[in-house]
Amino acid sequence: MLKVENLAVSYGQSQIIRDLSFEAKPKETLAIMGRNGMGKTTLFKALMGVLPSKGGKVAVADKDVSGMPSYKRVENGIAFVPQGRMIFPTLTVLENIETGLETAKVKQVSDDIYALFPVLFDMRKRKGGNLSGGQQQQLAIARALASEPKVLLLDEPTEGIQPSIIKDIAKALNEIRRMRDITIIVSEQVLSFTLEVADRLLVIERGSFVHEDLRADVDAAKITAYLSV
Amino acid sequence: MGGYSASELIDIFSMQAFAGISLFSVFVLMALGLAIIFGQMGVINMAHGEFLTIGAYSTVMMSKLAEHFPAITNVYFIFAVIAAFIISFIVGYLVELIIIRHLYKRPLDTLLATWGLSLIMQQFFRSAFGPREVSAVLPDWLMGSWSLRDGLDIPINGIFVLGLTIVLSGLVFIFLFRSRWGLKVRATTQNRIMAGAVGIDTAKVDRTTFALGCGIAGVAGAAFTTIASTGPTSGSLYIVDTFLVVVFGGAGSLLGTFASAFSIAQAQSILGFFLSGSMAKVITLVGVVGILMLRPEGLFTVRVRK
Repeated sequence: MLKVENLAVSYGQSQIIRDLSFEAKPKETLAIMGRNGMGKTTLFKALMGVLPSKGGKVAVADKDVSGMPSYKRVENGIAFVPQGRMIFPTLTVLENIETGLETAKVKQVSDDIYALFPVLFDMRKRKGGNLSGGQQQQLAIARALASEPKVLLLDEPTEGIQPSIIKDIAKALNEIRRMRDITIIVSEQVLSFTLEVADRLLVIERGSFVHEDLRADVDAAKITAYLSV
Repeated sequence: MGGYSASELIDIFSMQAFAGISLFSVFVLMALGLAIIFGQMGVINMAHGEFLTIGAYSTVMMSKLAEHFPAITNVYFIFAVIAAFIISFIVGYLVELIIIRHLYKRPLDTLLATWGLSLIMQQFFRSAFGPREVSAVLPDWLMGSWSLRDGLDIPINGIFVLGLTIVLSGLVFIFLFRSRWGLKVRATTQNRIMAGAVGIDTAKVDRTTFALGCGIAGVAGAAFTTIASTGPTSGSLYIVDTFLVVVFGGAGSLLGTFASAFSIAQAQSILGFFLSGSMAKVITLVGVVGILMLRPEGLFTVRVRK
């Protein structure tokens, strides 16, 4: 569903992502794990078109989206939940979700989004900026789902979220897979969360993948070692 | 106070208050555009006053045209308001396309570029229409005044400008807060990168929003011709006051823009009668600066978690 070939991204002279290639299959949940500064967020921003890539190709459902601005990538089926959520703070919860409808075929927020996150329905008239961190994370996921994506990118969704809400987010991601025909790519540092949601795990170090495991036979000790400073 | 009787003072305050409402109307029409361009988009548009001048000159041109067609003399002004909006909108669209879009992350460069643009536009007006002020011939229904009682006359053009301000403010409110396009504008102005990442074509939103702000300034120009004559620098005379209105009201707050425009216009109008015009401006400015020191975000702000 998402195919990345020889992707390279630099900030000035320093190359952050080096000839990175991977593929996420339809309905697969893929986790990209790594310590801070290893290139997870840069990779996601480049996939979304927020950061320009220096080379390589990104394709969604066999359509090349490299070089497209981010709104065109959304049209082609990628949705993004960024690190730190980045909801629109002075828009209401409903308006935040509606921004995601721009490229969707439907013009109303679908019921399955509220079924996943009932709290958002209850708080739909409140300003997004007045929600708690966990609720804002749910809102950011709901906003991304509104665009009816084929590929959902989540950049460290558990960062700064309390443990009970992390469990809710894992449950919601599994529910999203069940309800929709969607590929999920999630970047994480929390192995327990990843094992609850991912089919396959890739470990990134200095912009390159250094380890790969299926969830069924994951080498937890090795991944933990990669994640330790 | 100054040897006036109580009833004279009431008349003076009433007349000056209404003159203040005419000034308030021009401030609001100018500030509505700037509240969108500066308050929402963060662009310091020093040429905003020149879009008022475009609207004013286009109204004067329409008035000249109407002189050749007596049948439309009484209705041309309505079309002039629409033409003022369309012409200013198109010029604003081109300015965004050619200059502003390259400068979104460089506010100081935007300030300099638009200041330069305002000088170029002023010279263009001078070359095209001459340095002397010109006036539109107003239709009969805009002339005269409405006498409430002896010594208290309300000019009809002032009532018209106030009505136009109320209608346009309502339309801007509906556009920004009740339309899908307004939602895109508010999302883009809050976080341009994230707006793109949810599927909004932010470049298109920026261009149309900037043009809309300029179009509203054009309507302010049409309204301006009913209360004053038009010269190459007419718009620039209002630019400082308009920025003052937007900043004092709280950038991004339409309600703040109204409250701020009302208080500044009333202060200038009423103080201007008892003191000189310049002293009225000085006292207003000192008051505004004092209040901004206590409330740097302006009169009205939306507080949310960051």
